[in-house]
Amino acid sequence: MGKTIAEKIFDAHRVNMPFPNTHVLKLDRVFCHEITTPIAITDLMARGMDRVFDPTKIKAVIDHVTPAKDSKTAEQGKILRDWAKRHDIKDFFDIGRNGVCHAIFPEKGFVRPGYTVIMGDSHTCTHGAFGAFAAGVGTTDLEVGILKGVCAFHFPKTIKIVLNGNLQPGAYAKDLILFIIKELTVNGATNMVIEFTGPVIDTMSMESRMTLCNMAIEAGGTCGICYPDMTTVEYLWEFIKDEFNSKEDALIEYSKWISDADASYEKVYEYDVTTLEPMVTFGYKPDQVKTVNEMSGTKIDQVYIGSCTNGRIEDLRIAASILKDKKISDDVRAIVSPATPAIFSMALKEGIIEIFQNAGFCVTNPTCGACLGMSNGVLANGEACASTTNRNFNGRMGKGGTVHLMSPATAAASAISGKITNSKVYKA
Amino acid sequence: MKKFNGNVLFLDRSDINTDEIIPAKYLTEITKEALKPYLLEDLSLTGFDIEDIKDKAVIVTRANFGCGSSREHAPWALEVNGINVVIAESFARIFRQNMYNCGMFAIELPSDKMEYLFENYAGKDTSITIDIDNDKIIVTSSDQSEEIDFKAGEFDKTLVKEGGWVGYADKNY
Repeated sequence: MGKTIAEKIFDAHRVNMPFPNTHVLKLDRVFCHEITTPIAITDLMARGMDRVFDPTKIKAVIDHVTPAKDSKTAEQGKILRDWAKRHDIKDFFDIGRNGVCHAIFPEKGFVRPGYTVIMGDSHTCTHGAFGAFAAGVGTTDLEVGILKGVCAFHFPKTIKIVLNGNLQPGAYAKDLILFIIKELTVNGATNMVIEFTGPVIDTMSMESRMTLCNMAIEAGGTCGICYPDMTTVEYLWEFIKDEFNSKEDALIEYSKWISDADASYEKVYEYDVTTLEPMVTFGYKPDQVKTVNEMSGTKIDQVYIGSCTNGRIEDLRIAASILKDKKISDDVRAIVSPATPAIFSMALKEGIIEIFQNAGFCVTNPTCGACLGMSNGVLANGEACASTTNRNFNGRMGKGGTVHLMSPATAAASAISGKITNSKVYKA
Repeated sequence: MKKFNGNVLFLDRSDINTDEIIPAKYLTEITKEALKPYLLEDLSLTGFDIEDIKDKAVIVTRANFGCGSSREHAPWALEVNGINVVIAESFARIFRQNMYNCGMFAIELPSDKMEYLFENYAGKDTSITIDIDNDKIIVTSSDQSEEIDFKAGEFDKTLVKEGGWVGYADKNY
C-alpha cells in the first residue's frame, strides 16, 4: 500500500508514538505572531523554562494589530520583540518590515516541501501549498513547539480533491475553495488533510494554491496540501539555488513529497471546474455559499481586499484590472491591505496603488487588519462587508456586522456598484 | 487535576465557533483571568442569556464545537469561568487538542447519546460528574440520575491527569 504525502512527512519526522494514534513529530518551523505567542512566552517564563529549541527554526512577526493601537497591543508587541531579541531569533519582522504571517513567511522562503510547520494561528494550513504539513495549533502546542521543537498529531487521514477542466474568466481560486467548502461542509474535513490535485492545480500559481490551502480549515481540515512541482521550485529558487545544481535537480528531490498512486484516502472527490461561477457566502458559516449571480444586488457598506487569503500581488492585480479608471460607489467605503511590504512595493511600482487610490480606496499598511475586527476597518451594527477574507462568522468584523466572502475580482466589482456584483459586468 | 463536576449549560446548536466563544477584540488581553466577563459574548443562539453561564461547570452542546480560529483563549475563557468540561457530538481538531493541552475534558458522544441528553435533561437543573477512572459521565437532575459511558484516548487522559501538555512534554521530550 502506498502512502500519502502527509504520511510520508509523518514518517520522516516521527519522534515516537507514546500512545496509540498519537504521533509526536519533529518540527522544521515554528511560526509566531503577537496575539497567540505572548501568553506562551509568559507561561514559559513563569515556569522557569524561558528557552527556545532552535532560534533559526523559529520565525516571528507582528501582524494582527500593527501599528499597535493601544497599551495592551503595545505590550503584546513588546513581549514578542523582547523575546526574539533575548533568544537571538533573527527572523523577527517588526513594524515597517512586517506583513501578514501567511504571506510574509512563504515570501521569505521559510517553507519547503516535506517540512512540518506549526503556528498559533488556524490559517497555518496555507503553507501546505508548498507540499508541507502545516497545522494551526493553540498556544500550549506552540509553547511546547518553541521549547522542544515537537508537536503531537493523530494519524493524517486524507481527503483527495481532483480538479479537472479550466477556470473561466471571472472565476478564481477563491471561488473554487468556497465551492469546495460548500461541498465538504464546515466539518467535512475535521481531523483530515485535504490534498488538492489535478490539472487545475498543475497550472495554478503558488499564490492561488495558497488561497486554496488557506481555507482548508474552514472545512475543518488540519492542512491543505498541493504536491510540489516546477511552479514550487520556481517560487523558491532564489532561496534554494545554492542547494541544487539545477531546478530539475530540486524538482527530483522535492518529488519525494508526492502521494503514491496507490495511497489510501478517506474519500476522493472529483470536479470539473469549467462551469464554476464566481461564488460568495451568505449567513454566518463559510459553507453557506451561493453563486454571485444568486446574491447579485445585495447591498454592502464596506469592501475589504487583503488578508492571508487574498492580499497577495496576484489578488491586487486582478482587483486593479477591474478598478482601473473607475470610482467606488458613494454608498461604500473600501479598504485594501497589501499583505507584505514587498507586495506593497510591487503594487506601487506597477501603478496598482494609484488605481486603488483613484478609485477611492483607503490603502493601509500590511496587516491582518479588518479581517477579524480587532484593529482597523471594524463594521458597525447592521453593516455588511464584501470581503476577500476567510471567515463570515457572527461578529467577525465587528459586533452585529455581516461578512460576505468573495474573490478580489468580485470585491472590486462590488465596490464600484455598492452591491454584490459579478466582475464580468466591468470586464470588456 | 482540575475539577470535572457541576451544573450543566446546554447549548443546542452545532458549529459554535471560537469567535463566538471569545471575540477577537479580547485577544489583546495577556492574562487568562481578564477573559472572564466575555465568554460566549457573541454566541448566536435563540433564548441564550449571558447570565446562563453563572455557576455552570459543564457545557453540553452539538457538533463541531470550537470551529474556526485556533485561539486557546476559548478554553481559557471557559476555564476562568469554572467550566472544565465540554461534551459534544464532535469538536474542531484544534479546539479539542487545546482543551486536553490545558488538562480539560472535550468528550465526544455518539449522536444518539447526545440526543438523549438533550431530550431528557435540557431545560432542567442538571449536573454532571466525570468519573475519569471508569470512563463514565454521571448525569443527575431532580427526577433522574444515570451513568453514560464515554471513550477517552490514553493520550487525552494522560494530559488531563498531568494537568496539560507542557508538563508532560517537558518530562518526555
